[in-house]
Amino acid sequence: MSLTSNQIEDLRAFAGTIIPASAAHGVPGADDEAIFADILRSLDRDQDDVAAALTRLAVLAGGPFAALAPPRRLDIANLFRAEGGSPLAAISRVVLLCYYRDDRVMRSLGQEPRPPFPEGHVVEQGDWSLLDPVRQRKPFYRNPR
Amino acid sequence: MMPPVAEFRTAEATAALPLPPTRRRLYVSQMKDKVDVLIVGSGASGAAVAWSLADTRMRILCLEQGDWVKPTDYPSNGRDWEARLFSDFATSPNRRARETDYPINDDNSPIKVVNFNGVGGSTIMYTAHYPRLHPSDFKVRTLDGVADDWPVGYETLEPYFAENDRIMGVSGLAGDPAYPPHQPPMPPLPLGKSGARFGRAMNRLGWHWWPSDSTIATTDYEGRARCINLGHCTPGCAQGAKASTDITYWPLALRAGVELRTRCRVREITMSEHGMASGVVYYDAEGIEHFQPAEVVILACNGVGTPRLLLNSVSGRFPNGLANSSGLVGRNLMFHPYAYSYGYVDEPLDGNHGPPLCLWSQEFYETDPSRDFVRGYTFQFGRGYGAILEAITSTAAGRLPWGEDHHRVYRRLLNHRIGLSAIIEDLPEEHNRVTLDPVLKDSNGIPAPRIDYTIGENSRRMLAHAVTSARAILEEAGATDIATEVPILNGGWHLLGTARMGDDPERSVVNGWGRCHDVRNLFIVDGSIWVTSGGVNPTSTIQALALYVADSIKQRLDSLFD
Repeated sequence: MSLTSNQIEDLRAFAGTIIPASAAHGVPGADDEAIFADILRSLDRDQDDVAAALTRLAVLAGGPFAALAPPRRLDIANLFRAEGGSPLAAISRVVLLCYYRDDRVMRSLGQEPRPPFPEGHVVEQGDWSLLDPVRQRKPFYRNPR
Repeated sequence: MMPPVAEFRTAEATAALPLPPTRRRLYVSQMKDKVDVLIVGSGASGAAVAWSLADTRMRILCLEQGDWVKPTDYPSNGRDWEARLFSDFATSPNRRARETDYPINDDNSPIKVVNFNGVGGSTIMYTAHYPRLHPSDFKVRTLDGVADDWPVGYETLEPYFAENDRIMGVSGLAGDPAYPPHQPPMPPLPLGKSGARFGRAMNRLGWHWWPSDSTIATTDYEGRARCINLGHCTPGCAQGAKASTDITYWPLALRAGVELRTRCRVREITMSEHGMASGVVYYDAEGIEHFQPAEVVILACNGVGTPRLLLNSVSGRFPNGLANSSGLVGRNLMFHPYAYSYGYVDEPLDGNHGPPLCLWSQEFYETDPSRDFVRGYTFQFGRGYGAILEAITSTAAGRLPWGEDHHRVYRRLLNHRIGLSAIIEDLPEEHNRVTLDPVLKDSNGIPAPRIDYTIGENSRRMLAHAVTSARAILEEAGATDIATEVPILNGGWHLLGTARMGDDPERSVVNGWGRCHDVRNLFIVDGSIWVTSGGVNPTSTIQALALYVADSIKQRLDSLFD
């Protein structure tokens, strides 16, 4: 089931409500053009649940969610959040997984905007002398021989 | 011997049938050359048994319902690496829903099944945490008066553990006082910031901890490149450092002459009039039905796939499913219920960098009469989450607000998470079971498995104990905002016990070396044959058992069917 144009507007308003732009952190909101385009491309197997979520949002809003003033949108979104359910999980998941892979957002978090492979990462080997107290312990497994 | 399927036609005759493909598959079966050994499933145990039997020079064929997975297909190659955990590399087959997956009705279970279908099976999608069962795990009735003893013991399996460690390539550290001595061939995974924090906390508490045995290569090893800390190990390793059987056992087995046929989904095992397995009926990728005759059939389909196949193999002799005279096929399903506990510290840690599991604790593994449960559990210490997973899980937990405050709170969470999981020994209970769903079917029309499972009272007490102990560890490690997920919902990684081993045919499905009591040329080598579950990840012991069964077959070739 594909989304209607009204539902697409509501989805964009919802994305910008749960993650608004922040000048303080220098990041766009989830309703940013590039991020929202990613969201629309990524509905995938969540299409039906997202449509159901938008239907519920419109019911809670008493009309188009996007037509509400921003403070009221957040109230309605939190009301929906309190209800729970798989449509809520699906719509919030798709927003989050597109937002937190945007290059600008990644950089603002001090994350490199790249896949793990092929560069990988550095992890400290650590100080294995920490194990010395455990090494001194006698074997404590039960052996039923 | 003709199998009990409709009729046989050649491939040419098949193509000429005036029927649509969906109808055609009901009418056509193609006969194959008989093989000596037919293995169903190419995962942890199927690969091991194939490799071991290859030196007999028998004609060995393995049928696998999935595909080969190329390293370039793994999520860590792309920017959508985390997102694909929710699509084509989801751990749940119901969510993943690839053509090669089959659906599972696990609505009536608080723990959902996790698996992967492809060459390598669920070793493609595991964390590579690789503890062995302990000696006491094989003698639970004798030691603790619960469940049943196994017909084999740690000492019997010890050489197979060692051989398996060598082929899979295990990293770790000798000297763990929680285990009999053994020497992993590679050094341990790095501690990292979170591991060091946990180690110091455990030392202050006076509790055991040790670097985990892991099948992630810490040095270049037998053609595998060493780990470079991609950190996204579970859904496949693009570097090839994680040992899935497609890159360990299978290259060796194929070189030794074993044939591996992919996209072959087995519907049923057929029987001869002499009460022996005669082969299997399977569907290829186009949905065409084939009959593959065999002298010996070995099942390696995991603790859900194997009972499903047996229950789908109904005949006049076995109206309740093949090899099921005991009525125990599908019963005694054991997961390991997990209790995940986590918190947040005041400095950035490793995030998702590095293999997710690097340490274990066996402090609470062995039975202690002062506790209100028998048996025990392992703690496995994790690192943190990636950016997306932190956002999604913290949203679901209600920790991450929506609106203006989202960014401030999120920055306090990302890379500050520290967590550990308790893996609880699940005792066998007959009401926990795999049956055939009366409605749900896979894409070939084969009835799908249904799971009915509840967490037992002993396990509940153990979970509660683990949550209390984990809180003490996290607090000692300086964590605040401590939270839990109990049980982990999508935590049904370990599928055990549904065709148990034993000496008594009325109380078990296979004997002490994996042969079905009811069918003398039918063997099972996967986690189905476990008598009890222990409290550790099972792959190491599953593979050691498969090697043991293979050796038992080889030693009895002259009298295998007696």
